[in-house]
Amino acid sequence: MTAKPDKTAPLFWLLFAGGGTASAMLLPAMVFVTGVAVPAGWVAEDDLMALIGNPLTRLVVVSLVFLFLFHWAHRFRYALVDLGFGGLGKQAWLFYGTALAGTGLAGLAALRL
Amino acid sequence: MSRELTHPLPRSWWLKRPPYFRFMMRELTSVAVFAYTPLLIWALWSAADAASFSVFYEFLRGPLSVWLHVVVLVLAVYHTGTWIALTPSVLVLWRNDEQVDPNLITGTTAMLFLSVSVGVVWLVLV
Amino acid sequence: MPEQTVLEVYRYLPDEETEPRFQSYEITYRDSWVVLDALDHIKTEIDPTLSFRWSCRMGVCGSCGMTVNGEPKLTCETFIRDYNTETIKIEPLAHFPVIRDLVINMQDFMEKLPTVSPWLITDEDKPLEAGEYLQTPAQMARYKRFSMCINCMLCYSACPVYGLNSLFTGPAALALAERYNLDSRDEGTQERSDVVTAHDGIWRCTYVGECTKVCPKDVDPAGAIQMLKLSYALDWAKSLVLPGRGR
Ligand code: FES
Repeated sequence: MTAKPDKTAPLFWLLFAGGGTASAMLLPAMVFVTGVAVPAGWVAEDDLMALIGNPLTRLVVVSLVFLFLFHWAHRFRYALVDLGFGGLGKQAWLFYGTALAGTGLAGLAALRL
Repeated sequence: MSRELTHPLPRSWWLKRPPYFRFMMRELTSVAVFAYTPLLIWALWSAADAASFSVFYEFLRGPLSVWLHVVVLVLAVYHTGTWIALTPSVLVLWRNDEQVDPNLITGTTAMLFLSVSVGVVWLVLV
Repeated sequence: MPEQTVLEVYRYLPDEETEPRFQSYEITYRDSWVVLDALDHIKTEIDPTLSFRWSCRMGVCGSCGMTVNGEPKLTCETFIRDYNTETIKIEPLAHFPVIRDLVINMQDFMEKLPTVSPWLITDEDKPLEAGEYLQTPAQMARYKRFSMCINCMLCYSACPVYGLNSLFTGPAALALAERYNLDSRDEGTQERSDVVTAHDGIWRCTYVGECTKVCPKDVDPAGAIQMLKLSYALDWAKSLVLPGRGR
């Protein structure tokens, strides 16, 4: 049995773990804001726009999109393997590629001001 | 040499025992994490001008958005709960040759989550 | 007080039949009986053709692992009185080829164990006169838990990742790798990394966590694998910042 280290796994695992931590800590509160506070009318349109327009917020949101997507890419890919779709799970580029593209999209959206 | 029997694991294995099912639900919370990102991208994009932002804001107030948010919120909270529960098995800390109590690590992470959540909501609402 | 129950036992006799079947045995058991006692009773009193493995009868040798009502268990410490189901279903450990009845083929596990080099590795051997490799109780505490494994394979039987793909190095072997990595006398972390950080090593684990729950010795293989992931991933990150050291 000759085994060799998986060269990319540490990177993707760290991104998965980072994204998992970021989403565990922040996602419920963010979903509460956009899904409860806004529909309930607790946040004025102008205030929300000003907040999202703030360059620091934009930087944070782009980083979160990056982390969230790489968290999903890794976990979902292995969930498919565990669901018995190992062939699909082998197509790593499909998942990490989507995450990268999404991050790019977020970056472009953030620059449109 | 006698004939040995193998019993391949069926694809439905995760439906057979409750802990396996909870595991698979935990993994599938990642779909919720994914599903929230288009909204974030849309928010970034629309904040450039008031007209686009109105469309985004009105969408948030509509029933479709609220229902999607409810689903994502349930999964996100489940993700948070399981993530905090698993933290001490990755983060094994030693202090003065004594292992830091795993419950302390869980508790600290939970406190961190609560304060961060209050912080985010406060930042937006106040 | 003697009580009645029915054991539904997985049977497979390779010389006589091609398919497995379940055979029911009605037994009268005493409060002190474990599942292994009942199987023993069946073999001596009812049906001598039944085959199963056991040795120590005290949760030490790790040879009596079977699936009891769907859960991997050491049958020598699983009391019948704890089951209030009408019948108790006894099957061989899952995810291993069945040789006969409740006897599984453990070849794959036996081949995997040595691949993680589960022994002390030192850069240089000290001469005999230099004495023992000393260790403080605190240093031992770091790995003690992971050293309690009795190779009963319940964790492999509980692990769907292994069940789906037997190339996975698996819980017990990886926990053993971490047991030596954490040992203050050991310098083999690097040497073990090829097998441990291979695609079929730690990275295959998705932390189902059942290995830890079924372990009769409280070893926590799932935790060991996460610790391995973190330490090897941080090593990798450090090697980016400080090239030349690390792998
Ligand atoms: S017979 Fe030895 S562990 Fe059960």
